Amino acid sequence: MKLIIAIIKPDRLEAVKQELYKAEVNLITVSEVLGHGRQMGITEVYRGVKEMGNLLRKVQLLIAVNDDYVEATTNAILKGGRTGDIGDGKIFVLPLEECVRIRTGERGGPAIG
Amino acid sequence: MINTGDTAWVLVCTALVMLMTPGLAFFYGGMVRKKNILGILMQCFTVLCILTLQWILFGYSLSFAPSKGFFGGLAWFGLNGVGFKPYADYAATIPHEAFMLFQAMFAVITPALIIGAFAERMKFSAFLLFTILWATFVYDPVCHWVWGMGGWLKELGVLDFAGGSVVHINAGVAALVAALMIGKRKGYENKPVPPHNLPLTVLGTALLWFGWFGFNAGSALAANEVAVHAFLVTHTAAAAAGATWALLEWVFNGKPTIFGTITGSVAGLATITPASGFVTAGAAVAIGCAASVVCFIAVAEIKPRLGYDDSLDAFGVHGVGGMLGTLAVGLFASKAINPAGADGLLYGNPRQLLVQFTAVAAVTVYSLVATYLIIKFVNVLIKVRVPDREEIMGLDLTQHHEHAYTLLE
Repeated sequence: MKLIIAIIKPDRLEAVKQELYKAEVNLITVSEVLGHGRQMGITEVYRGVKEMGNLLRKVQLLIAVNDDYVEATTNAILKGGRTGDIGDGKIFVLPLEECVRIRTGERGGPAIG
Repeated sequence: MINTGDTAWVLVCTALVMLMTPGLAFFYGGMVRKKNILGILMQCFTVLCILTLQWILFGYSLSFAPSKGFFGGLAWFGLNGVGFKPYADYAATIPHEAFMLFQAMFAVITPALIIGAFAERMKFSAFLLFTILWATFVYDPVCHWVWGMGGWLKELGVLDFAGGSVVHINAGVAALVAALMIGKRKGYENKPVPPHNLPLTVLGTALLWFGWFGFNAGSALAANEVAVHAFLVTHTAAAAAGATWALLEWVFNGKPTIFGTITGSVAGLATITPASGFVTAGAAVAIGCAASVVCFIAVAEIKPRLGYDDSLDAFGVHGVGGMLGTLAVGLFASKAINPAGADGLLYGNPRQLLVQFTAVAAVTVYSLVATYLIIKFVNVLIKVRVPDREEIMGLDLTQHHEHAYTLLE
């Protein structure tokens, strides 16, 4: 089992979702986050005072999958999320120790799907 | 002879109509995505500032100075000769300045209505240039035709109590042209963009409804029976239209929604506008119900089929409502309500319907052609649409370097 965390541009969410559905990955959790990498945010100005290096809005996806779905999931995120511009984000793949479905108490692989 | 009661009433109504532009800003602002709300608010407030100056400098003269021509004359340039003394042909009992100010608020909100069509993708500088040109070459002449001394539609006998043709058809048709020329928003080609803050839109509607009493009842330009009656039918039509839209949704979509209810109310208010000084309360109920049925079809059925992206339905609600209302005057107008008006078809005067139709056709065609030329011109000069990357990041950050909501702190 793996946990996939992806940070993407907010406007790519729709495309990434569609690609994930195509790869038959239907269980995702999405949250709004702030961050910046090399892009170093954007300048904002409030009543004439400049504020440099502000954080940009990003979207974080949390997807738990069985091992044979890792490739398909990362490919789907790549396909839907890539614009080629700076700030497209990152995908992290982590080992996942346990997964429990609260409704049934199932554990491990069956709980993920 | 100045009447203090009339003057007080018109001043209050002027303030009410002024409040409609910020009301419209929130009405529209809640409907866009959260990266674009400040862009909408900024455009509405900019219209308020810039067009007030345009109006004082030359807009009022182009609209209302007596003339048989395309525009009003330049006699009142810079408010020259517009003083405390009433100008009896427009309003005999209030200072000329009060009439000018009341009309200024109409000149402000009309171009602001168009913002709904090109929301979330127009460059701020292009918007500014477009708005000044549109106010000068579309609003001012059309206003002169319908309301100005010597205007050809006025002389033809067109009845437009508070701006069905001058305001709503004019801005609505311009909105359709703008939406078609600027193209769809990115990323939502085949589905509606979810409104980011509907409570804000509801608040905006409340301000619009409140301000509309000034818009319509104030157009009596006196604190008299016609003002009271306009107040009554305005409120009645808005109520009937709001309830009708909710009912339509309940029947056809399964559930009534607040977004639908307020959309219906605004459609009812826009539609009753030209008729508010001329029709009975019963007719107002009919007009309100018809407004929601027709605008519902325009927004929910026709727009998706034609596939243009009038982001916030400026045409579907204001344009269509304005046409319906202007024609409704030709049916329901009655001299028993307003002796200064005329009788409509239902009271034995079929000619009035024909005259009203002429106004609808003339304003539609003129607004269509003139708006097209203005957008072409602005596009050649400075490009109307923001670059793709800026559209994706949102207009708040890219056009104004600020954002509306923080995630942290």
